[in-house]
Amino acid sequence: MLKEENKIFKNLYNDLGWEIDNAIKRDDWKDTRNIISKGREWIINEVKTSELRGRGGAGFSTGLKWSFAPKKVGSRPHYLVINADESEPGTCKDRDILRFEPQKLIEGCLIAGYAVNAHICYIYIRGEYLNEGKRLQNAIDQAYKKNFLGKNACGSGWDFDIHIHYGAGAYICGEETALLESIEGNKGQPRLKPPFPALVGLYGCPTIVNNVETIAVVPTILRRGGKWFASIGKPKNTGTKIFCISGNVNSPCNVEEEMGIPLKELIEKHAGGVIGGWDNLQAVIPGGSSMPLLPKKICDTITMDFDKLIEHKSGLGTAGIVVINKDQDIVACMARIARFYKHESCGQCTPCREGAGWMWRILDRVVKRKATFSDIDLLSDVTKQIEGHTICAFGEGSAWPVQGLLRHFRKEIESRCRDEPLIKKKTNNPYLVDQHLLESKNA
Amino acid sequence: MSLKKVHDQQPKEFEFSKENFEKAEEILKRYPKKNKKSAVMPFLYLAQKQNDNWIPLAAMKYIANLLSMPYISVYEVATFYTMYNLAPVGKHFVQVCTTTPCLIRGADKIVKLCKEKISPNENQISNKGNCSWIEVECLGACVSAPMIQVNDDYYEDLDEKSAKEILESLIKDKPLKPGSYKGRKNTAPEKKQPINKENHA
Repeated sequence: MLKEENKIFKNLYNDLGWEIDNAIKRDDWKDTRNIISKGREWIINEVKTSELRGRGGAGFSTGLKWSFAPKKVGSRPHYLVINADESEPGTCKDRDILRFEPQKLIEGCLIAGYAVNAHICYIYIRGEYLNEGKRLQNAIDQAYKKNFLGKNACGSGWDFDIHIHYGAGAYICGEETALLESIEGNKGQPRLKPPFPALVGLYGCPTIVNNVETIAVVPTILRRGGKWFASIGKPKNTGTKIFCISGNVNSPCNVEEEMGIPLKELIEKHAGGVIGGWDNLQAVIPGGSSMPLLPKKICDTITMDFDKLIEHKSGLGTAGIVVINKDQDIVACMARIARFYKHESCGQCTPCREGAGWMWRILDRVVKRKATFSDIDLLSDVTKQIEGHTICAFGEGSAWPVQGLLRHFRKEIESRCRDEPLIKKKTNNPYLVDQHLLESKNA
Repeated sequence: MSLKKVHDQQPKEFEFSKENFEKAEEILKRYPKKNKKSAVMPFLYLAQKQNDNWIPLAAMKYIANLLSMPYISVYEVATFYTMYNLAPVGKHFVQVCTTTPCLIRGADKIVKLCKEKISPNENQISNKGNCSWIEVECLGACVSAPMIQVNDDYYEDLDEKSAKEILESLIKDKPLKPGSYKGRKNTAPEKKQPINKENHA
């Protein structure tokens, strides 16, 4: 269990006040000037030593990402973009950072901006977080007043400005290239990679995109040393992480814990246990809705870190833990997630745009006990046709949860299917016509 | 993808109020001069706010002119993002989160209440003319589920009783305070002994 002194986000629940003066009492903005004076290479190396992995879902090494930015600024300026478009179902950690620890984020922006040679930072906040955005703007204004931002920010000799850009309710804008498109004033449709944003990003300029939590932990890492951060958690899965525990638990909450904590401990100690007791647990989605669910048997022993979860064909993702107990209809839960992906697909790639709808409609049929056995194989096939055939990772994100359901709850699905299809009349349908649309007419 | 219907009765003219025009000029300063197209999303928000929470086509044409971009590009953006309303909504616009984390804590009951109290269908303005509701995807407050958003504010940790009270207060045009309805502090775990076999909302 994480010791109190090792907690980075001491004001996660706003017990101590979010204003800049309170934040300074918690050691924010301490020695920032010194840290920056040690130079880019030192900062990036220290972040590499800490083995910090991106907290937005993919878990890519942050120090490595920063080192991809060109070392010298050419004809195009560099940009830093913070991804605060937190929309993954089950995740609400960034919201608390924006509300209650904004100075950690702002200080992190300055340091990261300096490390990647950026003078301008855009923070992309989802449109629904309007109040959180206003709070952050307030905090930014306070930082300007103290000369922590602006010309010669914090006495470091580096000019730095932060602007907020609001999204407007599109999940896909959490994908980094879609987010850049959105800031540029377009529909949020992802770009092909390569070129990666580190070389060709916002307005065609080198851009580093990081998650809120990643940037917010950086100042503390540099103050206390990369080795300190690396000593918490497990090798290659270091440091602390904010876990969001929601669903069928007695007291859902956000909590900062060390990486690699056993899932059972996390749920029992912090979230008051599963409603109806641990034995009433059916499944857990460990990292936001994109990650395949885990049945109780695996939940008994699993630890919460990137590599262990990948071993079990799932992932840590954003660490949004959704607990589902036996009172719930597991297929209905996953059908709702499939509907989410159908609604949020940006429509750019055909496999995702059409496939997400197929998955939802087939699962919906299973819930209504109108599916046939052949539907199960069709469903499995559709997930495979989406996965790996799209521009961005949304395709995987929509296919994996359904694959997880098929992997662990196939019997449950089979028990609701029937042999005979609903459509008995043979119709002369061309290939690929969605049977579901014809059911009511021909059944 | 979301389906959106453009309202059939459109005002002919639209232009920013003086106050909003000044705000718009401030917004333009955030982006590089040659990339003023970036301001299209904040401008649409301004237009939406000025026009009773929905965006008429005339506003899109006006914004296209201001930013010297094709009208269709503004239209594309306005129809792509779900938070831009293209038809009138109630003065109190209720958005019920129904994605899985909220669903398993009883969001369907809140939807039922909305149907009873406000209007039988989504996007249909209530009889008294001041409320409308829709189902939306994850609003990012999953540990406070189930929750609703009314205009800009989050109402969290609801159950049937509190949701009913909130909806009634909206219909009476005297909205209750936003925040947690379980009396807890933000997203902190509640300090109580785990009570198993207890029914949730």
